[in-house]
Amino acid sequence: MNTGNPANRSPLLHGLLMLYVVLAYLFVFAPILASFVFSFNSDRFPSIPLGQFSTEWYRAVAADPLVWEGLRNTLLVGVVVALISTALGFGAAYTDYRYSFLGKQVYLALALLPPTIPVVIMGLAMLAFLSRVNLSGDALAVIIAHVVICAPFAMAVIRLRLSQMDPSLEQAAWNLGASEWAAMRHVIIPFCRPAILGALFVTMAVSFDEFAIAWFVSGLNETLPVKVLGFLQGQVSPRINAIGTFVFVTSMMLLILAQLLLGHGPASRKE
Amino acid sequence: MTQAPLVSFEGVAKRFGSYIAVQKMDLKIWQGEFLAIMGSSGCGKTTTLRMLAGLEAPSEGVIRLAGKPINDLPSWARDTPMVWQSLALFPFLSVIENVEFALKMRGVGRAERRRRAEQWLDRMQIGEFADRDISQLSGGQRQRVALARSLVVEPQILLLDEPLSALDAALKVRMQSVLKTLQRETGITFVYVTHSQSEAFSMADRVVIMSRGKIEQIGTPQDIYRAPRTRFVADFLGASNIFSGKVARDPQGRTVIATDSGQFALPGNVGVSGQPASLTVLDTRMQIHDQPPGGARNSVAARMVGEEFVGATATIYFETEAGQELRVQKSHEDLAGLPLSIGQPFHLSWAMEDGHLVQE
Repeated sequence: MNTGNPANRSPLLHGLLMLYVVLAYLFVFAPILASFVFSFNSDRFPSIPLGQFSTEWYRAVAADPLVWEGLRNTLLVGVVVALISTALGFGAAYTDYRYSFLGKQVYLALALLPPTIPVVIMGLAMLAFLSRVNLSGDALAVIIAHVVICAPFAMAVIRLRLSQMDPSLEQAAWNLGASEWAAMRHVIIPFCRPAILGALFVTMAVSFDEFAIAWFVSGLNETLPVKVLGFLQGQVSPRINAIGTFVFVTSMMLLILAQLLLGHGPASRKE
Repeated sequence: MTQAPLVSFEGVAKRFGSYIAVQKMDLKIWQGEFLAIMGSSGCGKTTTLRMLAGLEAPSEGVIRLAGKPINDLPSWARDTPMVWQSLALFPFLSVIENVEFALKMRGVGRAERRRRAEQWLDRMQIGEFADRDISQLSGGQRQRVALARSLVVEPQILLLDEPLSALDAALKVRMQSVLKTLQRETGITFVYVTHSQSEAFSMADRVVIMSRGKIEQIGTPQDIYRAPRTRFVADFLGASNIFSGKVARDPQGRTVIATDSGQFALPGNVGVSGQPASLTVLDTRMQIHDQPPGGARNSVAARMVGEEFVGATATIYFETEAGQELRVQKSHEDLAGLPLSIGQPFHLSWAMEDGHLVQE
């Protein structure tokens, strides 16, 4: 950061701002941090002072076939959702970039709408619809519901990248002998590559964390967040902390990867 | 030049909704010439170029390339590479990959592609940058990459859309000579769109001047400069003094133009009596006198109102009794004997042949 001349900086204001930032982060991350700390605590109940360091809860989780099943469902759904919603999001973003047509504003509003709908309503609507077409309770049901939620994120990320593209670039490719398909393959997609990879990670993270809609439609094919609720309803166990820590670390890694690709990745260099 | 034009626009017009970008236009471009299309922004020059490249479809008329109508040919099936104002280099490809692009799209094999791209990079004197990223190059080097990228397919025609507008003045002049030499050596037809008079006049064999979607004049730079055909062209070039008036006959029966600042004789029997017209006289062709000049020269009395020195020449500004502003450009030697000071009365004169009648 360029701080310029330190003489222009009030030490009091600087100190207050620092304090503010620290408190804000503490507020956000303290519960997660607590969960992380207690996941390595040997005591049965979360209490201070802490007992001994222990990985027994992780071992208990790893030995539970229900957890593995939930993880398998979550990963399967996550990967498929990421691929489908990124493809859909790319298509929607490119349509917005390339064409202007009557009702484009409505098209954009509808395409970006799903994440703003309250998840309970979305979940109920999905359940009502999917059970009518006999898909409720299937992993496919979770995939469909999550694609609806995730595609707008992919679209937003890729749209931003396309807006940074020199509008002459695609025409320059045509002008040099590339057909529309060739220009798509050799110019548009390479230009958007960091955003496409970023969208894959972001959508996977969203699907990985999503609980409410999955709870409505997953039936017996529960994803990990749904399983966690099941555990909580049965008995409170430090195993929850272990799973929670695992889910949190995984999601954070996906988002950090996406951030690196979108922000500072070597492939995102501009002209 | 061969008999058949390489490109012909036949009654081509372009409308965007109710906006007319290009009015019905006829234009022939000859094999091997350097043609500049010049005009201010919004005059239709870029639209004309884009129609030739297939990026806009004409609303009416036919465009022919080597005799064949190309209206319905998509951009990628024409052989009309373009150098863009933004250069539009592909930022995710290296320098040499940019140059190879058009060859790759034409299915040229990897080794052959590389060889030809390297040849063009060397020719543009940027061979050492082949594996660099575009972002590592300077403005002038990017310019050369853009040229190599378009020329690597050795087309019949190259389109250039204000390619030098982003460069600083010194680099601009250097690139102008690069372009001119390149055009002469390759014999490729260049169609160069610009708003800059100095670029158009220093490089082009022929210049097309456009205004509001219409061609105002086509000619060699010398012809246009010496004898602008319309008032717009004279104004646009900015090198001429322009008198507005009406065509008339003097008692001796000669054609003259009657203006607020006096009557001036015209060369030959031009114009219809009573018709409004303008007379243009280049600012370098006027003489300054401190006494009324005798003889057959046209002359007008004017007061000096200002002066401006540009290198070896000076421009002196005058105003006539009727309020008409005039300028005269002279070398410092030519001005040496004159009592130049603001407010001083002088007489300005020019030979009849240096006056040109232009349409209003």
